[in-house]
Amino acid sequence: MKLHVAVWAGSLLLALVVGMALASLVWTPYGPLSIDLTSRLLAPNAAHWLGTDEFGRDVLSRIMTAAASSLIVASLTVGIALIIGGCVGLAAGYFGGLADRLLMVFNDTLLAFPNVLFAFAVIVIAGQSKYGIVIGLGPAYAPTVARVVRSSVLSLRERAYVESSRVMGNSSAYTLFRHVLPNCTAPLLMLATSLFGWIILAEGTLNFLGLGVPPPAPTWGNMLASGRPYIEAAPWLCIAPGMCFALTLLAVNMLGDALRDRLDPRTRKF
Amino acid sequence: MDIGPASAPPLLQLHGLSLRGPLQQSVIDGLSLQVAAGEIVALIGESGSGKTMAARSILRLLPPQIQVSAGAVLFEGRDLYALTDTNMRRLRGTAIGMVFQDPTMSLNPAMRVGAQLVEGLRQSTAMSQRECLFVAAEMLERVHVPNPVACMQQFPHQFSEGARQRIMLASAMLGKPRLLIADEPTSSLDSLTQHEVMQTLVSVTKAAGSGVLLITHDLGLVARYADNVVVVHKGQSVEAGPTASVLQTPRGSYTRALIAALPGLRKARKAVPASPPLIEATDVQVAFRARTWPAQSIPVLAVDRVSLSLRPGETVAIVGGSGAGKTTLARALADLQPLSGGSIRFRGMTLPGSNTLQRQFRIACQFIFQDPYSSLDPRHRVSEIVSEPLRHDASSKGRRRTSVLEMLDSVGLLRLQMRFPHELSAGQRQRVAIARALVRNPELVIADEPFSTLDMMTQRQLIELLKVLQERHGFACVFITHSLATASELADRVMVMHHGRIVEQGSVDAVFDAPQDPYTRRLLNASNPRNAVLCVLAHQHQSSMGRTLQRGQTRGSTTHTTATEGP
Repeated sequence: MKLHVAVWAGSLLLALVVGMALASLVWTPYGPLSIDLTSRLLAPNAAHWLGTDEFGRDVLSRIMTAAASSLIVASLTVGIALIIGGCVGLAAGYFGGLADRLLMVFNDTLLAFPNVLFAFAVIVIAGQSKYGIVIGLGPAYAPTVARVVRSSVLSLRERAYVESSRVMGNSSAYTLFRHVLPNCTAPLLMLATSLFGWIILAEGTLNFLGLGVPPPAPTWGNMLASGRPYIEAAPWLCIAPGMCFALTLLAVNMLGDALRDRLDPRTRKF
Repeated sequence: MDIGPASAPPLLQLHGLSLRGPLQQSVIDGLSLQVAAGEIVALIGESGSGKTMAARSILRLLPPQIQVSAGAVLFEGRDLYALTDTNMRRLRGTAIGMVFQDPTMSLNPAMRVGAQLVEGLRQSTAMSQRECLFVAAEMLERVHVPNPVACMQQFPHQFSEGARQRIMLASAMLGKPRLLIADEPTSSLDSLTQHEVMQTLVSVTKAAGSGVLLITHDLGLVARYADNVVVVHKGQSVEAGPTASVLQTPRGSYTRALIAALPGLRKARKAVPASPPLIEATDVQVAFRARTWPAQSIPVLAVDRVSLSLRPGETVAIVGGSGAGKTTLARALADLQPLSGGSIRFRGMTLPGSNTLQRQFRIACQFIFQDPYSSLDPRHRVSEIVSEPLRHDASSKGRRRTSVLEMLDSVGLLRLQMRFPHELSAGQRQRVAIARALVRNPELVIADEPFSTLDMMTQRQLIELLKVLQERHGFACVFITHSLATASELADRVMVMHHGRIVEQGSVDAVFDAPQDPYTRRLLNASNPRNAVLCVLAHQHQSSMGRTLQRGQTRGSTTHTTATEGP
């Protein structure tokens, strides 16, 4: 029962954010970049539901466009982190020995590096853009994934069903992808949802610091940054993107827990 | 307790105890039993019969979803369920002690043994730490833990399973309980250790004059050690009385089935036709490097120069205690464990050999693992698990599907094919494992203690199943077990393994009737429940002995081992 509430609430919130992002691709109430100096810093009203910013741009339109960019960045980054980290973790855990040691030394070195700092270094080289963030943050989070996957694999590798797959004459690759990886789903899914949240935040941080998508393109992070000087006169400039961060993280976390239970046949209830 | 022995109420009385589960289903229904001081009463039943819950209800340690719905538990005449929580807590440990099934789980791995033993004692008595340590060391000595003073400084993982169960026993007996509840105290031990631990339990409790409630599924244990027995089936007590008379004249059909389920009936053997060996191991050695700090390379030989050869269709049992190296040998034979010396030849060709040979070997040789809980992928359904070995089969999809269904049918799981492993009982899981091993018609099956985690009834069913399947498919089998009784049912030849070496080998009859090695004799003495039962009958009722034995003989047992089995 409790689970159902979490599933519904989480899905609803996420649907809202995704819906906003999708809608922004075809339609926004106003152009997210169109400046209207006659209607600067308007409080929320019937024409501008979430008000306007210091250049008279519609906050709702900008938030919708920013949602699309955030979701694309976060999904791509999670994907890259999972693929790189997953492969490294699987190989290190399953084959063990020297491969494991070398991979883990490299992995831990990266892990010791602050994620945002790492991404910063990459963005300086790759250039400031959405994809710069993806290339910067993806590898930065991969070591965490590798650690989690490796530790799951280490315990799964000793299970008799993995060994019995060997007895059947199955190849290592088949065994890995048929018996080992699917049984890592629960920790991976938990991690993926947490990662999604962290990455949305990290992406926001980069944008807030002015290291991400260059203005005037809207992101929740740079909207927060540009709204900051007006926090007393026009608080809606910060509240709107702030709420977006909070709701997205909440939705993703609620769905993550529910999905993990759903995907494991042992705890499947609905 | 000032009451004289004449007027003293029995130590423990259960009056029509009924327990109900979360859905109001009956877990225990109207169970009555009595334990007197100094007496051993056995509560016997298969797994899932509710016997553990009955034991826990005495200590008021039931899981929250299980409720006492009727009946009373009287300890020395006092209703335990009328006591306050504080008073109940005072009884636990000092008046009623408990030994659990799994000593590994019930000892704290991060605490030294001495500290754990003293912990309870300090709570219940006014003794100083020094006195407590002294008493604890004395108790360890009484349960035959060698070098008790040094032991107190060690951690649980430094002991063998048997020694850990003795430590548990010592810890339970330290509070001088008047009643000891032993819940399957020896089920996780090999038969020799089982015997030793039970001997200790009996002598320690007899000396202290405590009553014992022994929960078990093993009729052999009951026959040897219990004064009275209560048989539980599906939560109901189906038979009760003195052990000898219950075993002698079982009234209930379930009790009769339990007696019939005892392993130890030798199979009628057909001569295996002479043919070149299917698999041949010569001087196989497997060494592990001991993990020490600082690192030294002291190799420990788990398998020490073992040779064996197996002809097609033949079954050889490798018997030994835990730690004898049986499993390592089995894994080496299945090419799952690299050898440190010697060689294994399959159809005359040395393994691992070329890729083609390895492939042939993998197809011809299948393995059944000990633990039915970890040998099946929890994410796959039964039918997927059983069809997986056919992945490398060249035949058509429909043909493969038919052989999977046939196989599932022959292990009796056709109806359960869409289930996940966690929805099956331990016995059913092991059936799945057997089906998976046999679906490809292997020439060789290596079974590593496949039945040792199952209760006697399930064991019996699976032994019969394996016999039938072997007759039908004619595979050769290496059967690893710690029980000579089980070995005698399935094997043509027996090899007894001790400390990594084969100490004795020969045909089942030769090894059972004229054991040469002292270790074999000890094993034989410890591990034949059928003989234990026969022995009780022989003592209590000389006259009827002939009939029982005759029944045994017609099914392949002999009197000789019974004679060597005297008390």
